[in-house]
Amino acid sequence: MPKGAKNIIVKMEKVNKWFDDFQALCDVDLTIFEGERIVVCGPSGSGKSTLIRCLNGLEAHQSGDISVHGTELRGDAQSVRQVRDNVGMVFQQFNLFPHLTVLENCTLAPINNGKMDAQAAYDKAMTYLKRVQIPEQADKLPGQLSGGQQQRVAIARALCMEPKLMLFDEPTSALDPEMIKEVLDTMVSLAEDGMSMICVTHELNFAKRVAHRIIFMDKGRIVEDQPPADFFKKPKSPRAKLFLEQILSH
Amino acid sequence: MGEFFIEIFGKPHGIILFQLVAACRFTIYLSLIAFLGGGAIASLITLMRIAPSRHLQRIATAYIWIFQSIPLLMLLFLIGLGVPGLLDINVNPWTAATIALVLFTSAYLAEVWRGAIESVARGQWEASFALNIRYSSLLRKVILPQAIKFGIAPTIGFMVQIIKGTSLAYIIGFSDLMLVGKRWANAPVLGSEPFVIFPLMAVMYFCICYPLAIFARKLEARSIAKNA
Repeated sequence: MPKGAKNIIVKMEKVNKWFDDFQALCDVDLTIFEGERIVVCGPSGSGKSTLIRCLNGLEAHQSGDISVHGTELRGDAQSVRQVRDNVGMVFQQFNLFPHLTVLENCTLAPINNGKMDAQAAYDKAMTYLKRVQIPEQADKLPGQLSGGQQQRVAIARALCMEPKLMLFDEPTSALDPEMIKEVLDTMVSLAEDGMSMICVTHELNFAKRVAHRIIFMDKGRIVEDQPPADFFKKPKSPRAKLFLEQILSH
Repeated sequence: MGEFFIEIFGKPHGIILFQLVAACRFTIYLSLIAFLGGGAIASLITLMRIAPSRHLQRIATAYIWIFQSIPLLMLLFLIGLGVPGLLDINVNPWTAATIALVLFTSAYLAEVWRGAIESVARGQWEASFALNIRYSSLLRKVILPQAIKFGIAPTIGFMVQIIKGTSLAYIIGFSDLMLVGKRWANAPVLGSEPFVIFPLMAVMYFCICYPLAIFARKLEARSIAKNA
């Protein structure tokens, strides 16, 4: 936990989520403080993505309580909107709007939400594009950019909404190896600025470097929740041990 | 105008040709009305079909299902002859043909457009939701601009189907190319035999439809090239 943090930004209590017969989340309890950086890992199908997608209402949970930055997600449109106002998300496939320029990708939501006027949105977008080090690409279409650049635009786009919490859903999994670093570097610099982050990733070096806690999931349950040093040295569960052996052996 | 045709083609071919060309007007008018009216209703049905409300979705699905399962000819009979007979009123062929074709067109276009909208990657919706973009703007600024490229070629292609579909309206007395042509083919006039008139009509339908077909193919090729 970062020093002096006491405000809770995410609280999940006994959260359950089913896709038809398949239970994706199973009695998940999780508390995250402001400024904390969490890395979520685990085998595929363990519920990692579902966990963070529940946090901004992209998936609805069926039982239990979730509150984000003081707003409880009750499944109604208003609470979902309120939560999304405070939460930015970065997707595996970038999901940039292909018909809009990089700049328009960044300004669409802030202008549309009435958060700011066009000039302010433009200034903000340019600030964050500089931040992710691609201001010179502002007038290009996403398709003209490399994967790494597109993902950095996606990060800038999310930051333009001034989120209190950033969710990353396997942000480097769709990238060519030589582009992973530029995206991770951007995330590290974001982390250094004190952004609260939850990141689903298999980049364990990144996890070691920036995470306060590593959450290991299996079959919809949180099996481990430890600081990286402990998690890598002495995982408690056999499932996490096996996972680490497999992932570190290659 | 009529004299001009007679001057060139003589009698009776000049007269026949002129009447057929004149009748093409109504084929085109009816097609346009069907397309515009059907398109307007189709937009509404499409919006309902993709709306978050399950009730609206069901109504829209039922609408599409009903009017897509009834053959156009049956719709024309029902609206042009069935309903007027039942209620003992007179419905003129224009009105009946318009209603039948608008219903037919709207159901078909709604289905085409729904498909186009669903071709837009799911991630585009999710990114918009995550960014809290309002639903109306999400459709206008994110989804529709991308859906149009999937929908435009089948839409134009369907216009060809509408134009050919209007030919069925002759059955309820709608005076289009088909009716006028058929009347001539049945007339005991030398030089207006079916084997002269029907190929002539086919050529006329071809002349109206072919440019559209080409246009649709061009648009399709362009959108494929863009996506490659």
